[in-house]
Amino acid sequence: MRARITVRLKKGLLNPEAKTIQRSLELLGYKNISGFDTERVFLIDLDVESAEKARREVEEMCRRILVNPVIEEYTIHIE
Amino acid sequence: MIGVLQFPGTNCDMDVIRVLREAIKTETRPVFFKDSNLEDLDGLVIPGGFSYGDHLRAGAIAAKMPIMSQVKKMAREGKPILGICNGFQILCDAGLLPGALAKNIGLKFVCKWVDLRVENNDNVFMRFYKRGEVIRMPIAHGEGRYVCDEKTLREMERRDMITLRYAGENPNGSMENIAGVANEEGNVMGLMPHPERASEGILGGEDGKRIFESMVRCISLK
Repeated sequence: MRARITVRLKKGLLNPEAKTIQRSLELLGYKNISGFDTERVFLIDLDVESAEKARREVEEMCRRILVNPVIEEYTIHIE
Repeated sequence: MIGVLQFPGTNCDMDVIRVLREAIKTETRPVFFKDSNLEDLDGLVIPGGFSYGDHLRAGAIAAKMPIMSQVKKMAREGKPILGICNGFQILCDAGLLPGALAKNIGLKFVCKWVDLRVENNDNVFMRFYKRGEVIRMPIAHGEGRYVCDEKTLREMERRDMITLRYAGENPNGSMENIAGVANEEGNVMGLMPHPERASEGILGGEDGKRIFESMVRCISLK
């Protein structure tokens, strides 16, 4: 079973990487961009029987180390 | 005895050990992250560097290593714990200090001397500075933008937990120019500037030395 964890900076926190890339796209002539953001994806393969168990385990990983709740939020998809 | 914690990728450990042994004349030993016994230590410095290659988030992996439960125990016992640069990032990610250090606003690694204002001298590390005094120390980091939520920020101000602010330009986009914070008890402090690189005149300044002197004095007074 594969878990896909998407981590992004919390709303309202400035993402300088996204801002820089957006500016460079605008410099290349793309004038219609009204928003730009970056996310990070972790793909974890798990040897467990159920999606529920996979989600529980991955939730714990997020809480313990993968995500810093002060600045980041995340979503989990089990595939 | 003061310990200087070494993780894979720590690179300012020998500088801190040198300052503590040679400039402050205090007994100091390196503490490898696999050491299981920190009972002999009166205080601990978590030095700068790139622990675990800064992977995941700067300091995140080191912050979850088993040795950190002993560091937390030392903190609970009131022993002084100082986190410098990557050490500050580790203390925040471990929950020993509030907030987090995000990527610099300019995205660049910034390496230069900066002016800093002493905001609070009422803790284990800042006794030998005056409130409002402007001092100079070098910074060298890519993830030094201090952030926390508004409520935490107000709480820190109310409890006098902000110890240092950038006095000139803000080099990394830190909230309210914050360069260093302490816990409420004042025995755990983290800062992005490098006091160990400003503790001997030959390196260009001695403004950082008093942090170590203050730490050692507080230990010897116990």
